[in-house]
Amino acid sequence: MVPLSWYIVLSAGLFFIGFFTFLTRRNVLMMFLSVEIMFNSINIALIAMSHYMQDIHGQMIAFFVIANAAAGVAVGLALIIAVFRNKPSLNLEDFNLLKG
Amino acid sequence: MTLPQIFFAYFFVMILGLAVMVVTRRNLVHAVLWMLLMFVHIGGLYLFLNAEFFAIIQIIVYAGAILVMFLFVLLLLNVKQSLTASLFIRGWQGRAMAVVFLLLVFVISIKNLVIGPRGEYSIQRIEQQGHIKVIGEAMFNDYILPFMIIGLILFVPMIAAAVLAMRRHDGSS
Repeated sequence: MVPLSWYIVLSAGLFFIGFFTFLTRRNVLMMFLSVEIMFNSINIALIAMSHYMQDIHGQMIAFFVIANAAAGVAVGLALIIAVFRNKPSLNLEDFNLLKG
Repeated sequence: MTLPQIFFAYFFVMILGLAVMVVTRRNLVHAVLWMLLMFVHIGGLYLFLNAEFFAIIQIIVYAGAILVMFLFVLLLLNVKQSLTASLFIRGWQGRAMAVVFLLLVFVISIKNLVIGPRGEYSIQRIEQQGHIKVIGEAMFNDYILPFMIIGLILFVPMIAAAVLAMRRHDGSS
């Protein structure tokens, strides 16, 4: 039997890999990929908790997280295309028009 | 180590290693392809947790839809990556400190985790009824309102994505 804490450690490791990448990489699309990694780590934690507590509600939340991730990626990629049309770059440091 | 623990150790090492492979790639197409392999492994982990429905959804939605969307956008943008520029943003050390701080907060909070009482969906019941039937009954009885709202949430971004990515011909852009 695999203990629950192993799944939590896996989920936390995956989340912090994604979070570090989200904050430090300069590529905008890589930021979106790291958001997906974070969503997946949350899903692992939710489904493992649901399995160990013998309750289906965690898996329901994981389902809605997946649907939200799909919706969010669609809008985010459309935003990247719209920004890329004005400023053809993927470098995060080039997007400083609103910076004071 | 028992056999399930050896399987879990395989998934553990592969998922974390593939995540590191994803986030260190300079070429984004390679990153997306490594991510495909990572999603397949996460789907295997869901099978391991008796959640067949989520293993299927993981492959169909994440590997099938989201990553293909990423690849299409990469092809549309056709950006030339400069090979000499740094991977990291300016001043990333301070942001890394923020990550370490959040990790500390997480460790402290997870140490105080109290597991509540067990629910009524035991492993035997799920195996007897079938996972998809259990999920479906919960979704269409207890979660019917969030299910409808998620339909709306999936419908609105479809319009939003089309409007945002549309090329306007009024001369403003």
